[in-house]
Amino acid sequence: MPLAPVLVLACGNPSRGDDALGPLLLERLQAWLDSAGLAAGFELIGDFQLQVEHALDLVGRHLVLFIDAGQQTPAPFVFRQVQATDVASHSTHALSPEAVLAVLPRINHEAPPPAFLLCVRGESFALGEGLSAAATRHAEAAFERLQALCRVAKLDAWQARLHPPDGS
Amino acid sequence: MNAETFELETAPADAGTLRRVAIDPVSRVEGHGKVTLLLDENDQVQQVRLHIVEFRGFEKFIQGRPYWEVPVMVQRLCGICPVSHHLAAAKALDHVLGADRLTPTAEKVRRLMHYGQILQSHALHFFHLSSPDLLFGFASEAGRRNIVGVAAEFPEIARHGVLLRKFGQEVIRLTAGKRVHGTGAIPGGVNRALSREERDGLLADIYSIVAWSRQAVQLVKRLHAADPVLYDAFGSFRSNILSLVGANGALDFYDGHLRARDADGKILVDGFRIQNYQQLIHEEVKPWSYMKFPFLAALGPRAGWYKVGPLARVQNCDLIPTPLAEAERREFIDHGQGKLIHAPLAYHWARMIEMLHAAETIKSLLHDDDLSGSELTTSGPRDRQGVGVIEAPRGTLIHHYQVGDDDLVTTCNLIVSTTHNNQPMNEAIRRVAQRYLNGRELTEGLLNHIEVAIRAFDPCLSCATHALGKMPLQVELQDAAGQVVGRLSTAS
Repeated sequence: MPLAPVLVLACGNPSRGDDALGPLLLERLQAWLDSAGLAAGFELIGDFQLQVEHALDLVGRHLVLFIDAGQQTPAPFVFRQVQATDVASHSTHALSPEAVLAVLPRINHEAPPPAFLLCVRGESFALGEGLSAAATRHAEAAFERLQALCRVAKLDAWQARLHPPDGS
Repeated sequence: MNAETFELETAPADAGTLRRVAIDPVSRVEGHGKVTLLLDENDQVQQVRLHIVEFRGFEKFIQGRPYWEVPVMVQRLCGICPVSHHLAAAKALDHVLGADRLTPTAEKVRRLMHYGQILQSHALHFFHLSSPDLLFGFASEAGRRNIVGVAAEFPEIARHGVLLRKFGQEVIRLTAGKRVHGTGAIPGGVNRALSREERDGLLADIYSIVAWSRQAVQLVKRLHAADPVLYDAFGSFRSNILSLVGANGALDFYDGHLRARDADGKILVDGFRIQNYQQLIHEEVKPWSYMKFPFLAALGPRAGWYKVGPLARVQNCDLIPTPLAEAERREFIDHGQGKLIHAPLAYHWARMIEMLHAAETIKSLLHDDDLSGSELTTSGPRDRQGVGVIEAPRGTLIHHYQVGDDDLVTTCNLIVSTTHNNQPMNEAIRRVAQRYLNGRELTEGLLNHIEVAIRAFDPCLSCATHALGKMPLQVELQDAAGQVVGRLSTAS
């Protein structure tokens, strides 16, 4: 099976409140891609957190989208382009998208593909909780953006949809 | 136990004016931990405590669920070692289903899954959590002490680390059914075996995996040899050790009985049945910590605390049942010159020996046709409770469940490896604080020494939440009145 040109990599723990935003959006996206006949162009991967080996999942892609919950993210979400960054992270139990991108050229001698982050505002992360009401609203807004991105999965189209527009 | 044990747990009442240093949370440790140091006016350390916010709410999360759901649900406790919880729960619930002896296929598929987990977790820990400290030095610039820094200066080491972890993850995917949230182990056995093609796919890579694991052992030995005084003394303290031991005293991560040795290596307890763990291990509550302090009941809390994990396992067993790792174990034991090795940094050496053993075991299992058998489950007379013990990457992991007649879980109890190592981690950082912080100006590099000691034990705080921005690193310096007079912060 040929490698899908677009990788969607969502992180989060389904049993920890709003940390489930990533996996829930991924599940919903897969169903929508199937029904829309777009699934062949995308590979969807879910995990608890980003790790070093995810750098290898980037190989050969044209576009990459990370989806995650964010605690201090402006509501409802931020959609921005991310660049490989060698900045130190205190935690390698969970790498940032920027660090995953930075690992790739070090281990595989190739530049990472263009990558974006959809970071959806979460409020509560306690074990056993479902999505908070606020996160449910944020997820709706984020999913609309996801659909739009997947309809036109091209670099310039995604760059035109940054939120906030200046990508900050 | 040596005389200094517990010495810095509580500052003396006559210590005078103290100031507090808080490291919150400990970096590169999953979850939330905080170290507090109380210093007197002369920067002499008077009190050192590691506070870990122990996992709460687990019982509520599991109670009332059907028992067969539990091996899947418990994976959500930890994003780093979900497979260990998955298998410990399945092992406990085997007894509820009366499956006291699994089919050969079920046991071998589970073992393959578990050894894949050990391999990937040890690779992650050494190459990506600890090697930045070890390769660059504990006091080196913080910006280099991470995997990206290692990849930049030691690209081949970083690449091997990534590929070792990737291979372990692939073993887990094939045995558990999925890369995350797998369902492979079920009470009574497994729900899938490996196809011939899947085994061949893993076999194609396993020889490189064994070779890289051997190189990793050589690397850690070179690090020890380059600075033996540091590696043998840093944060060192004496304690008992505890682990599972398999048949004939062999190292076994998946099953066996409990064995404990004292600080001199003398066997205290052997052949102890895991079902009776509550008679062997008691837990002490201390008012300043959320996390309990386990100890061997027969010795009491002052003398009965113990280490778990690679350093304990490699020295507690009589042999490692794979040739390359056994040769390395013998060299490791010889390094102790007849004494038990207690140095926290020796955890890394022992961890790499275990990774090599895991790689060799995976290779052996992949040649075993039982992996592709068709008898996946078994059952027998039902019981209302079960205990499952497994040697998780970080140490002994105990799951205990009681199940009602309606098949719903009524009670559960977990003792995770980080809890077993609570007292040892506290002792290690007290030694480091005494040696490196006393009377000196506090710098980020010096404070990192505390974290190096903690990371040697590889604590995992069962917190799979990782949302961006949720785990900033903050180092706070407070005066005696609790006023924050300095703060460092690193975004996650």
